[in-house]
Amino acid sequence: MSDGSQPVLEVEGLVKHFTIGRGVANSGRVVHAVDGVSFSIAPGEVLGLVGESGSGKTTVGYCVNRLYEPTAGTIRLDGADITHLSRRGLRPHRRRMHIVFQDPYSSLNPRMTCGQIVGEPIRLHGLARRSALEGRVVELFDSVGLRPELRFRYPHELSGGQRQRVGLARALSVNPSLLIADEPVSALDVSVQASVLNLMRDLRSELGFSCLFISHDLATVEYLCDRVAVMYLGKIVEVAPREELFARPKHPYTQALLSAALEPDPDLQRTRSRVVLEGDIPSPIEPPSGCRFRTRCPLEHESAPRSTDEEPPLVDVTGRGHLVACHLVRRGSEAPRLVEPSPELAGAPDR
Amino acid sequence: MSLLIVVGAILAAVFAEWVAPYPPEETDFEALLASPSREHLLGTDDLGRDTLSRIIWGARASIQAGFFATVLAMAVAVPIGLIAGYYRGWLDTVIARVTDVLLAFPFLILAVGLAAILGPSLLNATLALGIAAIPPLIRIARGETLALREEDYVRAAVANGANDAVIIGRHILPNMTSTLLVQATLTIPAAIIGEAVLSFLGLGVQPPTPSWGVMLNAAQPYLNEAPSLAVYPGLAIVIVALAFNLLGDGLRDVLDPKTER
Repeated sequence: MSDGSQPVLEVEGLVKHFTIGRGVANSGRVVHAVDGVSFSIAPGEVLGLVGESGSGKTTVGYCVNRLYEPTAGTIRLDGADITHLSRRGLRPHRRRMHIVFQDPYSSLNPRMTCGQIVGEPIRLHGLARRSALEGRVVELFDSVGLRPELRFRYPHELSGGQRQRVGLARALSVNPSLLIADEPVSALDVSVQASVLNLMRDLRSELGFSCLFISHDLATVEYLCDRVAVMYLGKIVEVAPREELFARPKHPYTQALLSAALEPDPDLQRTRSRVVLEGDIPSPIEPPSGCRFRTRCPLEHESAPRSTDEEPPLVDVTGRGHLVACHLVRRGSEAPRLVEPSPELAGAPDR
Repeated sequence: MSLLIVVGAILAAVFAEWVAPYPPEETDFEALLASPSREHLLGTDDLGRDTLSRIIWGARASIQAGFFATVLAMAVAVPIGLIAGYYRGWLDTVIARVTDVLLAFPFLILAVGLAAILGPSLLNATLALGIAAIPPLIRIARGETLALREEDYVRAAVANGANDAVIIGRHILPNMTSTLLVQATLTIPAAIIGEAVLSFLGLGVQPPTPSWGVMLNAAQPYLNEAPSLAVYPGLAIVIVALAFNLLGDGLRDVLDPKTER
């Protein structure tokens, strides 16, 4: 990082391919879920990872937490390479990262009480036992805004928001330095989303953990994150500090994404110009050659034929940590504008 | 209701000595093939043995076979299914294929074949029934494991740093108990019927020891004169098997934390 301190998480050239169909007919078909993703997260920093469904953002999260085995690349947690550690070798590192899942209904074991769920990581790492464990669980329930009595309840007796708080408490129970949040609020009602996001923000400033915040919702990312990385079809197309990205998006895809977000003011929403991308995200089984965005890029005519055979590298175009992967965006020159961004682009949740 | 019948059948089987009005092999030559009367509530058979008493004693063989066959099948099938479903790989492929082959044989055919190999006795009949019940249970345990290992809470357990024993023991197995229980309550009556079939065919309990299957077999020559000889053991089989099935439904509701009590 620019401030010189060691990053909590460093991901370099992460690749995750899934082989599908072991039959004769479609053998060797490979889904390029993540294809060469690199980023790092500084201590206490929240990095937002945004992209539409199928862009590979969840796969990145799972690979970082080693729930998926990366195909290639390296993952360093607090400087230690954990990419290919065995389950046993990984165990001590598991204390330093944890994950919050998207679905609060399948992420909690229905046969365990909420207290047992929150206490399990502590127990497994041998950090506390019996009354000390109980005390720690009460403390955790308190810190995520749940009444301590709820620890005797089973998950199905709790609401979605409460369940997600239990998931958060479990993730924070071992005091991780990195929290991976995989769309932690997208399954919740909008009113509950706000309270959980506030909670995450408060806990972050209180406990100082770093966070990889995966989301498709630009508003929550803008609210919570320090830096934002935009993913498209298994690659990062743009990374920038939050204000910079929302005020001056450079990659055409980011611009389109931001222009698609709803505006809270209905008058503004009606009048402002929007970029509408045509078609769907291409299949990750056969991603387009060269620039992956070219099949949907409104500026394809300008960048062709270069975009067809050459993959644009992710380079810093401002010298201040604004990285873009586009043939048309060069250092020192202004990026092509699709629309004039309004000063407060990206408002409410995008659904 | 089904619980009452099941408990009643189990109690009758365990305390047959005290419950049954006559010893099962005592003959009353005053009343051969008698119709129901004050002395013999369900009549007597061709040797003057009390049908009610023989049904009560016969419950012993049925319940024993039903329970122990199911326990045996579960004890073997569940670990195999868990290991196959959790670890996958070539071992899973082998287990799944072998199970598929065995599933091609109907339960009773398999049981009859095994019992014929093992030789006629209640113990061997129970073993045969237990072994024959293994393949479908492996398939169910494996299928459940495959589904459960994709649950987020299992992923969370991996992220917790849990080892395989913890993941299987605390996160996967408890969540398949209700499925297994339902399957057990289907296996018990199947084994009870299976025991009757084997005994009927002479591969299980040997006469004169009473068993519902033995009684059905013995009733064959007298179907015209005394149909009740076949009807009562038949009814016993139907009622007990049905009661176990219904009990399974009830137990599932009670044990599932998601349903209101």
